[in-house]
Amino acid sequence: MSNGTLEIKAISGHTGTVPGRDTSRDYAVAKLIDVTTCIGCKACEVACLEWNGYPFRETTFDNTYQTMPDTAWNYYNLIRFDEHTAEDGTFSWLMRKDGCMHCADPGCLRACPSDGAIVQYANGIVDFQQENCIGCQYCVTGCPFNIPKFNAETKKVHKCTLCSDRVGVGLEPACIKACPTGCLHFGSKDDMKDLAEKRVAQLKEHTSHKNAGVYDPAGVGGTHVMYVLHDIEHPERYGGLPKDPQVPLLVRMWKGPVKWLGNLAMVAGIVGVAAHYVRFGPKEKHED
Amino acid sequence: MTNGWIDIKNTDMMLIMGGNPAENHPCGFKWPIEAKRQRNAKMIVVDPRFTRTAATADMFVQIRAGSDIAFLGGMINYALANGRINKEYVANFTNAPFVVKDDFKLPEEDGVFSGFDAATQVYDKSTWNYQGSGGTGKGLPEKVTSDPSLENPRCVYQLLKKHYSRYTPEMVEKITGIPKEKFLAAADLFTSIRKDGDTKKVATVIYAVGWTQHTFGSQIIRTAAMLQLLMGNVGRAGGGVNALRGHSNIQGATDIAGIFDNLPGYLKVPTPADTDFKAWMTRITPTSSKPGDWESWNYWSNTPKFAVSLLKAMYGDAAKKENDWAFHYLPKVDRNYSWTYLWDGMYNGHVKGLLAFGMNGVMVGPNSGKNIDALKKADWLVVCDIYPDETSEFWKSPGIKPEEMKNIKTEVYRLPGAGFAEKDGTFVNSARWLQWKWVAVPPPGNAKLDHEILARIFLKVRELYQKEGGKFPDPIVNLSWGYTNPQSPSLAEVARELNGKALADIKDATGAELKSGQQLPGFAWLKDDGSTSCGIWIWCGSWTEAGALIQRRGTDDPSGLGAYPNWGWSWPMNRRVLYNRASCDVSGKPWDGSRKQVWWNEAQKKWVGVDVPDFKADSAPKDHMGPFIMNPEGVGRLFAPLAAMAEGPFPEHYEPFESPTVNLLHPKQQNNPVVKKFTSAADKWGTKESGFNVICTTYRLTEHYHYWTKNNPVNVQLVPEPFVELPVELASDLGIKGGDKVKVSSARGIYIAKAMVTHRIKPMQINGEKVYQIGMPIHFGYRGIQEDEGRTERMLVNELTPAVVDPNAYTPEFKGFLVKVEKA
Repeated sequence: MSNGTLEIKAISGHTGTVPGRDTSRDYAVAKLIDVTTCIGCKACEVACLEWNGYPFRETTFDNTYQTMPDTAWNYYNLIRFDEHTAEDGTFSWLMRKDGCMHCADPGCLRACPSDGAIVQYANGIVDFQQENCIGCQYCVTGCPFNIPKFNAETKKVHKCTLCSDRVGVGLEPACIKACPTGCLHFGSKDDMKDLAEKRVAQLKEHTSHKNAGVYDPAGVGGTHVMYVLHDIEHPERYGGLPKDPQVPLLVRMWKGPVKWLGNLAMVAGIVGVAAHYVRFGPKEKHED
Repeated sequence: MTNGWIDIKNTDMMLIMGGNPAENHPCGFKWPIEAKRQRNAKMIVVDPRFTRTAATADMFVQIRAGSDIAFLGGMINYALANGRINKEYVANFTNAPFVVKDDFKLPEEDGVFSGFDAATQVYDKSTWNYQGSGGTGKGLPEKVTSDPSLENPRCVYQLLKKHYSRYTPEMVEKITGIPKEKFLAAADLFTSIRKDGDTKKVATVIYAVGWTQHTFGSQIIRTAAMLQLLMGNVGRAGGGVNALRGHSNIQGATDIAGIFDNLPGYLKVPTPADTDFKAWMTRITPTSSKPGDWESWNYWSNTPKFAVSLLKAMYGDAAKKENDWAFHYLPKVDRNYSWTYLWDGMYNGHVKGLLAFGMNGVMVGPNSGKNIDALKKADWLVVCDIYPDETSEFWKSPGIKPEEMKNIKTEVYRLPGAGFAEKDGTFVNSARWLQWKWVAVPPPGNAKLDHEILARIFLKVRELYQKEGGKFPDPIVNLSWGYTNPQSPSLAEVARELNGKALADIKDATGAELKSGQQLPGFAWLKDDGSTSCGIWIWCGSWTEAGALIQRRGTDDPSGLGAYPNWGWSWPMNRRVLYNRASCDVSGKPWDGSRKQVWWNEAQKKWVGVDVPDFKADSAPKDHMGPFIMNPEGVGRLFAPLAAMAEGPFPEHYEPFESPTVNLLHPKQQNNPVVKKFTSAADKWGTKESGFNVICTTYRLTEHYHYWTKNNPVNVQLVPEPFVELPVELASDLGIKGGDKVKVSSARGIYIAKAMVTHRIKPMQINGEKVYQIGMPIHFGYRGIQEDEGRTERMLVNELTPAVVDPNAYTPEFKGFLVKVEKA
């Protein structure tokens, strides 16, 4: 990846133009996770932990191979393990690397009221800037994938950065580097889409996975983390991956009509006050 | 591996059975995935559990642990009955046409081959031989009677066909629990590469300790090898029989003879019957045995060259022709010194001390309780490891009360060794590649390099012998120890010594010359006159005058098959696929032109190719030399004659030593007739009647490495606690929920851990009865992060496992023993 990929495209809670926006031509990046070749080895989990320098945390046995029930503020990358029995009795053990999807239309960024706490780079990476985070957790509400996690101690929210610090200097994300089977791929969004479509065509033609498909949901404008799934009709079987994720209505309202209405109300208030002043003049001070 | 990790990408079909490579070899597993992605190769996974490997398979078949020979025998029967074999390969490259002695008898009626003495449980193997003439009369005949048409009813092919005709799909279903339709689908898919006479496609068999850890483990692997020979898959890129080694250097440990009955390079050890060097050589050097008009290179005929060169490497100038090359220095192995026998010896008070280097003996088992009791009786124990482990703290194992602890007199020494990243040297991987590694960090604190510790112990012992003499000091005081730093020999120096050098100016067969002191270019140079020394003949050629080939990192691949001839060095002589002559038909033309490895070049009158030919380079195809040059027959053995295997020339299904069912093939011969078991008070066996009605198997997890990583926070975070995997149905019978504690007991011990209730193991119908299987990872013990915090029951899985072993390799039956499951 070129250094230019960290050009900022959108900034949370920021009015006016984005500095530097559209000044250079660049391409979007994407991570492709081919779950049909994932063996759930957790190399990506360890690579993520080590690259980000997060310490050991205590876990407990929970009747599964899954490391912990959910991602955490210091555990961005979690493979979800699900056992599934189809109607015809065919059994499958599904393993899906869960983490931030880096939506093209990020609900977190839409929801965030703090200037500069969430940025979206021109290459598609959505990154949290903790120094600007006010800990309101609106981003948690805004995410249809349940990704941003709150650190109660520091009152900041964290999530996968798609290794923006590595990508920015031309390296692949740590999880990609660690993956032993080549289930994880990284490149331009176009190339990854192409790779995904080809793999899906191969699965349909040569394996029993006739419903294979690419998960790149339109409801969030497409994502910069995509999946190849054995069965695109049932993404929810993979640890509850939503079938048709959307930015929550409330968040859309908050940044769309509600914000507009709010502004209107504020303007109306000021207008009212002004009109009142014009009509009634300054408040008189009554002497006792 | 006959082939190599990368070579798996060249396959069209994979049978992964007795191994779980996605779990235990995740990095190597990229190659099966690559074969699927690039070639649309199919993957069949056969396992008692739906594993991580099964998650990516095209077909998963659940099998009862320990019924593998029944499944593979059924596959052989299917391949033969449906013409799914490579007939030209079978008729020319195997012993299928060889005619077997008339008095050889198959085990179809009573479950034993000819020559069995029920009273002593010993086989007279003289009938397990070919018909023919010449030879000593005791060994193989020099000239073998053969029938190229394969129609003689006494030829190997016909006997094999008869033997496995009993392994019908119905029989397979009853024994293995695999429904007939499922078995037929798997057999059809695997053998589909030979459909309609196709000889281009190729299939591979991939296995690990899921096959070896049975009382008939060697025979399971043989069955697979036979299936691969019948289908013509051995010697070919993308084919072979591929053992996945479970540690980074297990292959190297085996090569260099970390086994009591071998010397380095798989030379057989001398026994007390070998009265002198000549007697030893006569016994272990085979003579060729073949049909009159065929050739056999019989490479082991060079054994004396390997043996003399080894003795020169060991004893230097003290090994002379006059003293039989110091043959009398070598220990003569008078009995079985394999793992379980050593512990039994200590338990019975014969073995007084133990040096435990780089292994956690108590944890490794089997029957860990017996091993802990054995250590209590030892005089001394030295443990060299990088963590305080269960073995060095055996006297603190759960259940030992303080008053008993005081009475344990064993003197324990703990030596701080170095981890793999703290020393240089080589790893030999599953693909037989010797790869040099460099030191990453020095050993911390007072820790020392393992070889320094060993060298210093040796030097001290030698000093004592020099001072005090003793009964027979010669082998110790005359041991060659000419290292620059005797206290801590450099491993590069040791590697050069293992490769070997000329001890005089010598010439090879072509007239090429080597000066005295020069490194040997390969084992073809080895002499039996004392003019060469070589520590391990199969590694000769790894560190030559051209330098350390084991340190190469060349990434060019002219073959396009992933052979990478300039990366490291693979034994023998950098050949990447063994027996690669068999990748061509009889005329010397590759079976598949798109995967050419070696071939006969008529113009040059020699074998050429992108791999090093594993063959006599100038032997023309018309001479019909067999591709399996390490067998005296020159061909692959569908029938293993004489003493090759302990329990018979053809593998037969026997029940695991502890089994919930009767042997349907021959109810009177339930188990391996020559199985090795122990008789101490601690060796107890469970039966279904005594309540042990569930089949149990043990394994490793991706997240942990044996007994080390429970000391490493990140690994502990990934899998924090021990658990027992059990089927939903069994859990519901017993009222157990996921996370509840379960108590698993065998006749030998108990194990308590949390239940992982899963759909990945299903109940099976074995011979008409419902049977449950459970499994558990082996990693946790009584020392480690969680154990030290008191978060686990601090128990050992191997307290459950039986000390009953395969009579060929002496591997214990960790897979498929009987237990009782209760809510704890």
